[in-house]
Amino acid sequence: MTPLLQVRNVSKRYGSRIGCAEVNFDLYPGEVMGIVGESGSGKSTLLNCLAGKLTPDGGQVVFDTHIDGPVDTLTMSEPQRRMLGRTDWAFVHQNARDGLRMGVSAGGNIGERLMAVGERHYGRIRGRAADWLDRVEIDQSRIDDRPVAFSGGMQQRLQIARNLVTGPRLAFMDEPTGGLDVSVQARLLDLLRGLVREMGLSALIVTHDLAVVRLLADRLMVMKDGHVVEAGLTDQVLDDPQHAYTQLLVSSVLQV
Amino acid sequence: MIELSDVSKSFTLHNHGGARIEVMSGASLLVGPGECVALTGASGAGKSTLMRMIYGNYLAASGQIVVGGVDVAAARPREILRMRRETLGYVSQFLRVVPRVPTLDVVAEPLLALGRPVDEARDRAAHLLALLNIPKRLWSLSPTTFSGGEQQRVNIARGFAHDYPALLLDEPTASLDVANRDVVLGLIEAAKARGAAIVGIFHDGAARARVCDREIDVAAFSPMASGAAA
Repeated sequence: MTPLLQVRNVSKRYGSRIGCAEVNFDLYPGEVMGIVGESGSGKSTLLNCLAGKLTPDGGQVVFDTHIDGPVDTLTMSEPQRRMLGRTDWAFVHQNARDGLRMGVSAGGNIGERLMAVGERHYGRIRGRAADWLDRVEIDQSRIDDRPVAFSGGMQQRLQIARNLVTGPRLAFMDEPTGGLDVSVQARLLDLLRGLVREMGLSALIVTHDLAVVRLLADRLMVMKDGHVVEAGLTDQVLDDPQHAYTQLLVSSVLQV
Repeated sequence: MIELSDVSKSFTLHNHGGARIEVMSGASLLVGPGECVALTGASGAGKSTLMRMIYGNYLAASGQIVVGGVDVAAARPREILRMRRETLGYVSQFLRVVPRVPTLDVVAEPLLALGRPVDEARDRAAHLLALLNIPKRLWSLSPTTFSGGEQQRVNIARGFAHDYPALLLDEPTASLDVANRDVVLGLIEAAKARGAAIVGIFHDGAARARVCDREIDVAAFSPMASGAAA
């Protein structure tokens, strides 16, 4: 099986400071990988480099595209990369406001992604938007409301609907459950797991919440000071951590 | 089906001066289809550690752990994930699930992960939950609020949802009443009859005598038991 994403030697410096260094991994279709580490460990820098939001200083990010097969996204043209961002990729921001258009209705937020890939039929767009509101458990009667009138949890679910409506194959998620009530978090986790299974979606999830990765991610990468210090099966890394930093991280979690 | 050769395990505690604790060495074990092997030994002897290594939850320091053709000690994560999906089931003592997911879906999940139709998966889940005497009115609730015994039965139902060719059972009958214990032992016997290779920890001596074909005392795998491996 061809990996969906092959990451080779990706590095990013901010002046003399290391953002992330020499990161390597393969992600296969349907796999969910968590990236954990404390603030400043480079996990968000890495995610942004992989998603084309930051330009790494070196390395390769090879994505298995629908049409042309594996292509290095760092050397592709800007329009091609933008197209990828609208079709095969999804990016879910920690703060839903960064991923939504707050002045546009919920239906419009979802429909916009469809129109960006060429859908023009109003009835079909509205139908798909309503269907997706349903899937993320937002009442269809809210379709014409703007997201400013939504709660934080609803905004996050709307952001996910907006991102997944075009049937992407890879989702980048930056702290998708951060800042939400635990009860809302649980519902979002269940939703994401269902979507991963039904759509065969792969995902890279940056978080500092070890309980979230345990329930959501198949694999885990632990970062410290820009370097990947440990990687493996999620439960193995959490239950039998090998690196000093991972051991510290796991033993620092408060038990509930 | 499950074959361990010369497996060892140690823990290095980096935040405690790098102390290295040897917990197991020379562990070898062969479990064939239709066979149930009990791990015995005092608390702390390494029964659960050995089981966790077979599941790939703990990393083996050396040796081979082959389950259905996959060497867990050397396999890449996605090969282990596939083995867990298709080949090796695990009934642990603890239920770990996404909160707020209904019990019926928790039990059906292993089948959905294999791509089975939702109806079929739910039917199978319902059948097992009924068999294990979980009242139907609880099926739509999350098992996180259930009693210890109920959670354990949900865990067992989940572990038996798919007909895994190999199974790991960590005290499957602890904290169960007589009737439910009998149901679980019946499930184990049925799994053996269809050819499953099983490794289990049973503190319940009568249960062990009923379903297990052999006992392995893990004390023999202690690093202190010098010469035991040779």
